[in-house]
Amino acid sequence: MSNDSKKTPYVAAVLEFKSSTFSVPVLVLSSNDLTAISDQLNKKIKLAPEFFKHSPVVFDLNEINKQKLTIDVGELIALMRNAKLLPIGIRSGNSDQIEAARLENVPVYSTNNNVATETPKTKKAEPAPAPIPTPSATLITHPIRSGQRIYAPGDLIVTAQVSAGAEIMAEGNIHIYNSLRGRALAGVKGDTNACIFCFDLQAELISIAGNYKISEDLSKELANKPVQISLKEHTLIIKDLI
Amino acid sequence: MARIIVVTSGKGGVGKTTTSAAIAMGLAKKGHKTAVIDFDVGLRNLDLIMGCERRVVYDFVNVINGEATLNQALIRDKHCDQLYVLPASQTRDKDALTQEGVGKILEELSKDFQYIVCDSPAGIEKGAHLAMYFADDAFVVTNPEVSSVRDSDRMLGILSSKSRRAEQSLEPIKEYLLLSRYSPERVKLGDMLSVDDVQDILSLHLLGVIPESKSVLTASNSGVPVILDDKSDAGQAYADIVARYLGEDRPHRFIDEKKGLFGKLFGGK
Repeated sequence: MSNDSKKTPYVAAVLEFKSSTFSVPVLVLSSNDLTAISDQLNKKIKLAPEFFKHSPVVFDLNEINKQKLTIDVGELIALMRNAKLLPIGIRSGNSDQIEAARLENVPVYSTNNNVATETPKTKKAEPAPAPIPTPSATLITHPIRSGQRIYAPGDLIVTAQVSAGAEIMAEGNIHIYNSLRGRALAGVKGDTNACIFCFDLQAELISIAGNYKISEDLSKELANKPVQISLKEHTLIIKDLI
Repeated sequence: MARIIVVTSGKGGVGKTTTSAAIAMGLAKKGHKTAVIDFDVGLRNLDLIMGCERRVVYDFVNVINGEATLNQALIRDKHCDQLYVLPASQTRDKDALTQEGVGKILEELSKDFQYIVCDSPAGIEKGAHLAMYFADDAFVVTNPEVSSVRDSDRMLGILSSKSRRAEQSLEPIKEYLLLSRYSPERVKLGDMLSVDDVQDILSLHLLGVIPESKSVLTASNSGVPVILDDKSDAGQAYADIVARYLGEDRPHRFIDEKKGLFGKLFGGK
């Protein structure tokens, strides 16, 4: 009982750790010639100065280490900072390089020092320089049940029903050849040309590129009918499909 | 190799344990060696419905922990010698179950049983998850009302994505709908969803409709599975369900209103 009185009074939490994913450019170096790096870097930055100004960047030393070249990481970091970049990480460095980065308060993004054996893996992790081709459509033939979530990187085609409480998302268009009772979000990465097609509209929510309507806002005349939903000047337009 | 059936619903109080007891008894009565397992650790009920509560010595958790053998824990049913009950532990909670332990027990039972009926607890947490994880067939028990239907839908989603068969990309679990506590009179008044409404939402193969019946309560209280009461409508409904599950073609009953004497004389169907 005496313990209870000693309990610290309740304090509202003022902070919280949350996990989040960010897209950060990775600078892949293939030479240890700092002058050449500096020249080419400045040239690149000149192409889009606003984009690169104070941009966070992770630098990757995989290629350099593969060629068994040495590079002064401290100098490299200074060079990037001079170019108004903010180096926030080193990847694929060996122990000396990691140590040098730590001295400059730059965190380490990969622990593998053994460059040679890890080559295929690190190669895969490198960002593809070419634009990613649009992925093909995802086809789902089984019912999507309450509580399930489906995400398609391209178009999404569903031939079975989408239950109330289910959520389907696509970066492209959504086609549902059955009843839509759950939520459907098309163009989730901001594609305003995305459309939703469905055979029987009973949705809880429909959204295109962040513009949404909830079931209460859907007009009764369009319910339980095949419809096409598109976006026009931030407003969802629902039309009869047939 | 045994066929593992999970009786599940998501929602509580819809008739999972009643159904488990009836189905297990029905299969055993047809001559198939059947075990029925209570997964509701901490809220043990199956033993009461099966009328074997006074013969429980060891339980499911004891077997998982290696404190008893399966043969010590299995209780032979007094009505049918092909039926065995594995009771849940009342003094523990669901965390006492482990996937590995459950898997081992089911594997051992599979060696000399033909059917294993897993009575799932309500909810979608650990107990319910383990009850369905190893299943081959799922009996989804649903009441004709919206919250039960939605919970069943949620459960169906879990069956198709989190089960062993889903994780190992095997043939998916066969799912069957059992619509329980059905009252055609109340459907007609609009108080209750109809069979068609429920099937429209769940799009699932209907194995049978169990009518709302006093005989279920009577059977539960006396510890005799309702299927043994072959004069009761619920008992007959379960007998139909077992027969259909085993491949017999029986027409659905109890979906339409009972006809009065005049209806019977003149309604002629």
